[in-house]
Amino acid sequence: MRDFLNISSRLSGRHGKDIKDNAAFHASSLLRAKARLVMVVTVFMVGYLAISLRLADLTLLRAKPAEDTGLPQDVRPLKKPLRGPIVDRNGNLVATSLAMASVYADTTMIENAPAVARELAAILPDEKEPEILRKLQSGKKFIWIARDITPRQEYKINALGHPGLAFQEEERRIYPEGNLLAHLLGYTDVDGNGIAGIEKAHDADLKAGDKTVRLTIDLRVQHIMHRELSAAMKKFSAKAGVGLVMDVDTGDVISMVSLPDFDPLHPGDARDAAMFPRATLGVYEMGSTFKLFSMAAALDSGRVHFSSEFDATKPLHYGRFTINDYEPKHRFLTVPEIFIYSSNIGTAKMAEYIGTDALKSFYRRMGFFDTVPVDLPERGAPLYPRPWRDINTLTAAFGHGVAVSPLHLVRAAAALVNGGIMIKPHLVQTDEPRRLSPGPEGERVIKPQTSLAVRRLLEMVVAAGTGRKAYVEGYDVGGKTGTAEKNKGGKYEKHLLVSSFLGVYPISNPRYVVLAMLDEPHGTKDTWGFATGGWVAAPVVAKVVEQMAPLYHIPPDFNSHDIVREMAMYLKDAKEGKSLASVGTDR
Amino acid sequence: MRTALNLAQTIRTDKSVLGRWWWTVDRWTFMSIIVLVLFGILLVTAASPSVAERLDVRPFYFVYRHIVFLVPTLGLLLACSLMSRKTAWRVSSLTLVISIFLTGVAILMGAEVKGATRWVHFLGLSLQPSEFIKPAFAVTSAWLIARHQHEPDFPGHQLATGLFLVALTLLMMQPDLGMSFVLSSIWGVQVFLSGLPMLWVLLLFVTGVVGLFSAYMFLPHVTSRVDRFLDPASGDNYQVQKSLDAFRNGGLFGTGPGHGQVKLTLPDAHADFIFSVAGEELGLIATVFLILVFCFIVIRSVIRIMNSEDMFIVLGTAGLVTQFALQSLIHMGSCLQLIPAKGMTLPFISYGGSSLLSLGMGMGMLLALTRKRSQASSPPQWNSWYEFLNAGEGGTDDDND
Repeated sequence: MRDFLNISSRLSGRHGKDIKDNAAFHASSLLRAKARLVMVVTVFMVGYLAISLRLADLTLLRAKPAEDTGLPQDVRPLKKPLRGPIVDRNGNLVATSLAMASVYADTTMIENAPAVARELAAILPDEKEPEILRKLQSGKKFIWIARDITPRQEYKINALGHPGLAFQEEERRIYPEGNLLAHLLGYTDVDGNGIAGIEKAHDADLKAGDKTVRLTIDLRVQHIMHRELSAAMKKFSAKAGVGLVMDVDTGDVISMVSLPDFDPLHPGDARDAAMFPRATLGVYEMGSTFKLFSMAAALDSGRVHFSSEFDATKPLHYGRFTINDYEPKHRFLTVPEIFIYSSNIGTAKMAEYIGTDALKSFYRRMGFFDTVPVDLPERGAPLYPRPWRDINTLTAAFGHGVAVSPLHLVRAAAALVNGGIMIKPHLVQTDEPRRLSPGPEGERVIKPQTSLAVRRLLEMVVAAGTGRKAYVEGYDVGGKTGTAEKNKGGKYEKHLLVSSFLGVYPISNPRYVVLAMLDEPHGTKDTWGFATGGWVAAPVVAKVVEQMAPLYHIPPDFNSHDIVREMAMYLKDAKEGKSLASVGTDR
Repeated sequence: MRTALNLAQTIRTDKSVLGRWWWTVDRWTFMSIIVLVLFGILLVTAASPSVAERLDVRPFYFVYRHIVFLVPTLGLLLACSLMSRKTAWRVSSLTLVISIFLTGVAILMGAEVKGATRWVHFLGLSLQPSEFIKPAFAVTSAWLIARHQHEPDFPGHQLATGLFLVALTLLMMQPDLGMSFVLSSIWGVQVFLSGLPMLWVLLLFVTGVVGLFSAYMFLPHVTSRVDRFLDPASGDNYQVQKSLDAFRNGGLFGTGPGHGQVKLTLPDAHADFIFSVAGEELGLIATVFLILVFCFIVIRSVIRIMNSEDMFIVLGTAGLVTQFALQSLIHMGSCLQLIPAKGMTLPFISYGGSSLLSLGMGMGMLLALTRKRSQASSPPQWNSWYEFLNAGEGGTDDDND
C-alpha cells in the first residue's frame, strides 16, 4: 500500500522514474492533449461552418416572398378592394363604399382604464364614458369600443398612443340619396354581400371593385316622381304607391318608386310594409287600364274595327256572375266609345267575340303570364286563373282575375305604343355600343297600325274622357285610368281601391310611359269624395310629365290637332251634338 | 500628460483584486460574452412578449426576469473568473456533489414540467440543478484526470468515470437526452485528451452511437422527434417549420429588431428557438456575426491555454469549451433543422434562469483557467494528495505569482 501522506518525497511515478523522465512524460502527454484538443475544436468549427452554410441557404436561396409572412388574419391589411360604386344614368353617385375604422380594445393591455375611458369619451361623443369604462374593465382580449368612426376620430385615438387600443379597417356602404332609390338599390349585409336589389343582382361586379354599375335611372326624374307620388299618397291617405317611368324604345327604366320606402343605411329599422318593393314584386289586379290590352287584342285580330259596335243595353249575365257598367249607356257602343266610357259590358262582349284563345295568347305575348325579364332579384310572378274558364276571359278583359306587377303593365304598354315591339326592361346600362338604328328592338307583338289605333284611343281618354286630369298644356299626353276593387279573401271590396293612371307622352310620337298607382286612396273634398284613377293618379302623371319634359328637351306643341273632331265619326254623342265632357267618372 | 501616464502606470500596477483581474483575465473572451449578453437582452425583448401573451402574463415578464437573472449571472461570472485554480476545483467539486444530490431530489419529488422532472424550488425560485452538473463536472473531472497524470496511482479516470456515470444515470432518469449528450461529450473529450488509445476512442464513439440509437429505440419522445426530423410529413412539425419560416422571412438583412412576424407564432421563441428570432429580425449578416462570436470564444480560449503546461487547465478548458460549443451548436442545429429538434438554450442569449447561472459559473471558470500566468511559472508539482489539498495561499499556486 502506497503511503499517500509522504510529504518529503518529491518523486512520483510507479516505476521509479526520475524527475526528468516524469517531466518528459508530462510534456508529451500535454502535447498530445493539446493536439487532440485542436482536433476537437476543428470538429466544432466544422459544425459552425455547417450552421452558417445552412443559414445562407435558408435566408438567401429559399427566402420567402415578402407578402407571405404567415400573419394572423386579424392583423393582415385589408386587401379586398372596396365594393364598387353605383351611379345613375348621368353619373351621379347613388351608392358607394367607404373604408372606415372600428376601434377595439385588448383590455389586458390597458393600464389605467378610467383615464383611457375619459380620453375616449372626449373623442367619441356617441359613446358614454361609463359604458366605455365597463368595456375596458371587462378583462377581455377583444372588445369593440366603437364601430365606423371617422378618420379624424381614428387619428385622435391613435395619437393617444395606448397599445391596448387598435383599429380594424372596415367597409361601410353609403347611399348618398337616402330613401330615394331604396328598393331599387337594395342593400348589403354586414360582410358586404349584396342581399337585395341591384346590390344583389350585380353583386359579383360590385365586389370586384373595379367596375361602376351605371343605372338607367335618372335621379332628377326619380326625385320628381318620388315627390309627386309622396304628395298624392299623403293627400289621399293612401297605404302605398308605385311610380314608374320607362323609355318605350330602349326599355330603360328612368324612374321607379315604391312607397312607403326605407333608409338603406338602416334597413333593419324599417317596417315590413316599407321593405316591400311594390313596383316589381307586388302584383295587382289592374282594373280598367287592362282594357287597353283587350282592346289591342281585338283590334290586332283584324276582326274588330273602330266602327264595330257591341251591345251594352243591359247587364251581362254569365252563370252566377253579373257584369255591370259604372255609368250604363243602355245602347250599342262603338269600339272607341267602349274605351272612353270604359264599358265593362262592351269590353267583355268584345273579348267574347274574339275568343278565349285569342285573348290568352295576346296576354301571353304581353308577358302577363311570366315574370318580367329584368335584372333584379325581386320579381313578382303574375297570378291568373288556372284553369282558365270562359268567364275568366270576360273579366280579364276589364282587368279582373289577372294580377301583374306595375313593371309588367308599363312594359306591355310600351310595346303597344312604340309601334308594336316587345322590349326588355333595363335597370342597368350595359357596355354594349349604342345601337345605330333608332326604334325599339325585340319581338313584334302587334301590327304598327294597331299601335297607332291604340295611341288615338289613349289620346281621346285625356282629351275628352276619364283622364282629363292628366292633361298638360303643350304636351300631348295620352293614357288610361284604372280603378280596381281589391279582392279581400275572395270578395271584391267597393271601397278598397287600387287607382292608377297609365300615361304615354308625347302621344303623337311616344317616348315615355309614365305610371302612377295608389293603393287604397281615399277621396277628399277636392275630388268630391272620388278616389278613382282619374282623380288621384292622373294628376301625378301630369305633374311628372310637366317637370320631366323640359329636362328631356321635348319641345311643347301648342298647335295640337283636335282628336275629338278626328274621332267624331265613331262617337255617337258627338254626332248628336252632346258634350263629351259628361262621360263622367270611369271605373 | 504626465498625470495620465502615471494613472496608466497606476492602473497597470494596480494590485487590487479587480485591477489584477482586469490585467490577467482574457478580456477579449470576456467582452465577447458581454456582446452575447447584449444580443440576448435584445432578442429576449423581441421574442418573449408574444410568448408572455400566450402564457397570460405581463408582456415584459420574461424580459424583466431575464435581466434580473443576468445580475447574479454576471456576478457569478466575475466571481468564478477571480478564483485560483485550486478554489475553482474546490468550488466545482462541491457544486457537483450538491447538484447531483438536488437532481436526485428533483427526480424523487420535483414537479413535472413538459414531461420531465428537472426542477427544485428554493427560496421562491425554481432551479434546475442538473444545469450546474455540466460546468462542475467539467472542472472536477479535469482535476481528477490531471491528478492521475501527476500521480499515476491516483485513480483519476476511475473517479471521473464514476461521477460521470452517476450524473448520466440521473439525467437519463429525468429524462434529459440533450444534457446527457453534452455531459457525455465533456467526459468523452476529456478522456480522449488525456491520452486514451485510439482503439478505445473508436470503441467509445461506437458506444455513443449505440447509446443514441437505443435512445431512439426505447425513448418514445426521442423516437417521435427523430421520425419527424427524418420525415417532416410524418407528424406535427409546427415549431420547426415556423423556425425555418423565420429564417426565410429574415433574408440577408432581417426585418429589423422587433419587426419580426413569424416569431409571433413561434411557441418557444424566447428560449429554445431564439436563434430563429435572430435570423428573422437581424438577418444573415448579423446572425453569422453571432456565430463568429461563438467561434471566437472557443478558439480564443483554446489558444490561450496552448502554452500552458498544466494538464488540469488544458482538460478543464477543453471540457468547458466543449459544453459551450456543443450547446450553441445543438441549439442552432435544431433551429435550422440540421439535427432533430432538441430543446437547448443558446448560451447567454436564451431566456432561462438556471441555464444563465450555470453558464455564468462555467464561463467564469473558463476565464479563471485561461487567465494570464507568469511565464516563469513551472508546472505545479504536487507530492501527494495531501499536499495538494493543503496547499496554502502562498504555496505553489501560480496564481499568486
